Amino acid sequence: MANFIDRRLNSKNKSTVNRQRFLRRYKNQIKKSVSDAINQRGVTDVNSGESIVIPKRDLSEPVFHQGEGGIKDRVHPGNDQFASGDRIPRPQNQQGQGGGQGDASDSGEGEDDFTFSISKQEYLNLLFEDLELPNLEKNQLDKLIEYKTVRSGYCAEGVPSNIDIVKSLQGSIARRIAMTSSKRKQLKELEQALKVLNHDKHDHIHQERQLRLDIDELKEKISKVPYIDSFDLRYRNYAKQAVPTSKAVMFCLMDVSGSMDQATKEMAKRFYILLYLFLSRTYKNIDVIYIRHHTQAKEVDEHEFFYSQETGGTIASSALELMNEIITERYNDNQWNIYGAQASDGDNWADDSPRCQAILEKQILPKSRYFSYIEITQRAHQTLWQHYQKVQQSHTNFAMQHIKSVEDIYPVFRELFKKNTKSAA
Amino acid sequence: MTMTNNTLEKAKVTPLDDRPDWTFDLLAQYQSEIARVADFYRLDTYTNQIEVITAEQMMDAYASVGMPIGYSHWTFGKKFIQTEQNYKRGQMGLAYEIVINSSPCISYLMEENTMTMQALVMAHACYGHNSFFKGNYLFKSWTDASSIIDYLLFAKNYIAECEQKYGISEVESTLDACHALMSHGVDRYKRPQKISLDEELKRQNERAEYLQSQVNALWRTVPKKEQKENEQNSQFPSEPQENILYFIEKNAPLLKPWQREIVRIVRKISQYFYPQKQTQVMNEGWACFWHYTILNHLYDEGLVTDKFMLEFLHSHTNVVAQPEYNSQYYSGINPYALGFNMFIDIRRICENPTDEDREFFPEIAGSNWLDTLHFAMENFKDESFISQYLSPKLIRDFKLFHIHDDSEKNYVEIGAIHNAQGYKKVRENLANQYNLSNLEVNIQIIDANIDGDRALTLRYTPHNGVGLGDSKDEVLKHLHYLWHFDVKIVQENKAGVDEVIASCPKIDKDE
Repeated sequence: MANFIDRRLNSKNKSTVNRQRFLRRYKNQIKKSVSDAINQRGVTDVNSGESIVIPKRDLSEPVFHQGEGGIKDRVHPGNDQFASGDRIPRPQNQQGQGGGQGDASDSGEGEDDFTFSISKQEYLNLLFEDLELPNLEKNQLDKLIEYKTVRSGYCAEGVPSNIDIVKSLQGSIARRIAMTSSKRKQLKELEQALKVLNHDKHDHIHQERQLRLDIDELKEKISKVPYIDSFDLRYRNYAKQAVPTSKAVMFCLMDVSGSMDQATKEMAKRFYILLYLFLSRTYKNIDVIYIRHHTQAKEVDEHEFFYSQETGGTIASSALELMNEIITERYNDNQWNIYGAQASDGDNWADDSPRCQAILEKQILPKSRYFSYIEITQRAHQTLWQHYQKVQQSHTNFAMQHIKSVEDIYPVFRELFKKNTKSAA
Repeated sequence: MTMTNNTLEKAKVTPLDDRPDWTFDLLAQYQSEIARVADFYRLDTYTNQIEVITAEQMMDAYASVGMPIGYSHWTFGKKFIQTEQNYKRGQMGLAYEIVINSSPCISYLMEENTMTMQALVMAHACYGHNSFFKGNYLFKSWTDASSIIDYLLFAKNYIAECEQKYGISEVESTLDACHALMSHGVDRYKRPQKISLDEELKRQNERAEYLQSQVNALWRTVPKKEQKENEQNSQFPSEPQENILYFIEKNAPLLKPWQREIVRIVRKISQYFYPQKQTQVMNEGWACFWHYTILNHLYDEGLVTDKFMLEFLHSHTNVVAQPEYNSQYYSGINPYALGFNMFIDIRRICENPTDEDREFFPEIAGSNWLDTLHFAMENFKDESFISQYLSPKLIRDFKLFHIHDDSEKNYVEIGAIHNAQGYKKVRENLANQYNLSNLEVNIQIIDANIDGDRALTLRYTPHNGVGLGDSKDEVLKHLHYLWHFDVKIVQENKAGVDEVIASCPKIDKDE
C-alpha cells in the first residue's frame, strides 16, 4: 500500500523562521560583517545582497565529546602493505575519525569560516538598523502636502452628477410618509364610517355622499404630495484628505575644485550612495540632483558629477544658491521632502563662508528635512567648518561630520542618522 | 488492487516504461510492482506515504534533521544555510530520499530524480527502511511510529506557545542548553512509555504543576525532616544517573514548569533518534540489499529494461563504494558499503557456504537465507550484528586492518590484519567501533548536594583513557543554566583520587 502526495506546491521557505532566528542570534557578527563589507563594496553595486562571514567557532554548538589521548582502536579498509605488529610513526596532524556518528551534511570539508549570503532586503535592514530619518514625523504633520479625494457621507447640496439616487428616494419615501400620515389616518376613519353606513339597514344617502366627497378630497390631497422634492435630494460628499507625500529629492553638493582628488570623490560617492539607499527605504520616488561647484556651481549628471576633472578656486555658496534656485523652481517644499548632502574637503574662499551660513540658515534649512555636511580631509578645519558649526548649534535639521578615511564613512553615516532616543515632543 | 493485476499481466509482456521523466502514473506502476516483489520476500511494512518534494524542500528536511515537523530554532536555520551553501557550491549532492520512522511511513522523493532513481528510492526507503523500522527490535521497543508525528506537532506548538509567553530569547537559551546535553537525555535500559498527543496534552498541565510542587518539597527544610536526612546522610541521587536531561527535568530546583516541558521534549526526541544511531550500518545495509534484490528481481522478470538497470547499477555502485584508507575520498567506513555487503554475504553463506563459512557460522550455513536475513534484521544492532555476522571472506574483501593507537607511545601499531590470526580481532574491534557506549562520553551525575549548596557533581569515566574534549566548559555553562547552582565534573586521576576537571562557574585554582 502506498499513497502518493505531491508536496511540491506546498509553501516554500519552511525554514524561513529558522533562518530569521539564525540571523537574529548572530546579529552582532553579521552586522560587523556588513559594515566591514560596505567599505569594500563596489560603489555602484548597491542592489545585491551580501556574503556574510562568521568565524566557525562562534557558531559551534558544544556537546561532550571524547578528546585527546588514551588508547584508540580503529579498523580501516584497504590494507595494502601492513602486517600484524607493524609499527608506524604517528602521523603529524593526527585526528580520530568520528565513527558512525553525525549527519551526511557534516561530511563536507572543514572550513574556518562560515560564509553565507543574505538577500538585499536583509542586507539593507541590517545596514540601516537603528537609523532613522530625522524630523520626519514632525514636519510631515505640519506640512500636509498632497491630497487625495475620499468619500465622506452625504450632503444636501451638490452638482447633479453627484446625486445619490438610493439616498434621495429614501428621503422621498420618508417625506411622503411623514406628510401624508394625518391625512391617511382621516381617510381610513372616513372609509370605516362609510363601510358602517353601507352595512346599515337604513339608507343614509346624504351622509354617504358627504363621506364620499370627503374621501375623494383627501385622496386628492394625498396624491398632491410630490413624489420627489428638491428637499429629498442627497448628494455624495467628497472630502480632501491629506496624505504625506512620498516624494523626496536629494541634493548632492560636491566641491570639485582642484583640491578634491579622485579618492576624496570616491569617499563622497560612497556617502551619497548610502544616503540614497537609506532614503529609498522611506520614499518611493527619489529625485537626485547633482550639483558640483568650484567657483561656479552647475547642475550635472551623475557621471560628470563624479568623474569630470575641474580645477580652480572654491566658492561653496554658489552651489547652495543653485540648490535654492532649483528648489524654488522645481521642488516646492510643500510637495517634496528635501534632503541635502554636501561634501567638501573644507577648502573655501574665506569671505564666502559667512555667506554659506546665511544661505543655509535663511533659505535652505527652513525648507529642508535634513541637511548634512561631510568634510573629507586630513587637514585642520577651515572657515567653512567653523561657520557650519554655528549653523549646527541653532538648527536641529543640520548635521555635520568629519571623514578622514574610507573606514569612517559608515560610522559617520550612522552617527548622522542615529535614532534620536530622546524624542523631543 | 485490480490495477496491480492489470499492470502485472501486461507487464509480463512489455517492460515498464523506462523514459527518464517520471509521472505519477508511472510512479504508481513501479510502486505496485515493487510492492509485489517486497511482499514476495516477506517485507512487512507500515503503509507508505510517498511525498514528492523539490530540492529546496529537501534541504528543509535536511535542516530539520529529518523531523517532518520541527520546532523553530536557530540551529536549524544554520543547518539549512550550510546545506544550501554546500549544495550550491556543488560540494555535496542532496540525498535522493529521506524516510521517516512513522506510521504511515513518510518518504520524500525529490522532484529532480529520474524515473530510475525514483524506483530505486522507493525500493530502498519505502520497503527497505520501512520494513526495518517495523521489524527491528530497537525500533519496536524504543519508538512508537504511530505517535511520533503527533508528538512532534505537539512539541512545535508547545514551543511556539512558550515563545509567545516567555519570549524567544528565553526559550532559545533553554533549547540551546538542552541541545548541548541531548545525547545525554537517553534512557539506555528502560523502555519508555508510549506517548500520544491526547495523552500528552492531558497530562501536561497536571505534570507541570505537580513537578513544581515536588521540587519545592524536595528542598523544604522542615527541622524534623532535616534531622532525619542528616542521620541517614543520604547521597542524592542514590545511584549515578546517566540520563542528565531526565535528572534535570525531574530535579532541577529552579526550572520553571514550561522549561521542564521543553527539557522533556528534547529528551523525547533524542530518545526517538537513539535507535537510528545504533543501527546505521544495519539499516542502510538492509535498505541497500533490498533495493538491489527487488530491482534485480524485476529485471529477471523482464519488467525493467537494460537501460533502467544500467542507470540503477551506476547509482547503486556509487552508494556502496568503499574508498580505501589511503584514498583522498576516505572518511571512515561507509555504512552503506559495509551493511550491504554483509547482507549479501549472509545470503551467500546460506546459499553457497564454503568450509570456512561452515566453521565460522555453523548455525546459518546452508539455512534458508530469507529466514536468516529476517532474523538478523529483527534481532541485532550494529555492534552485535557485526560481531555475529562479519565473515572472514568479507574481511578479506574489504582488506580490513586494525590499528592500535596508544597516545603514550610515539608510534601506532597494526594490531590485526585480514588473515587467519586476525579475523576475530578485526571483527571484535570493528564491532566495538559501533558500540555507542564506547563512542559517547560516559558522564554521569553522582551527587546533587541538596542539603547544602545544591552543587551538582558529575563524574567522567574515561574509556581506554581517552580524555574529555575541550568543549566541556561550554557544555557545563549550559548545564549550569538549567541547574542554576554550581556544577562540576570530576575524573579519577591516576592516584585514584577524584579531581575536578571542569566547573561552572569557574573556580580559580591557586596553582
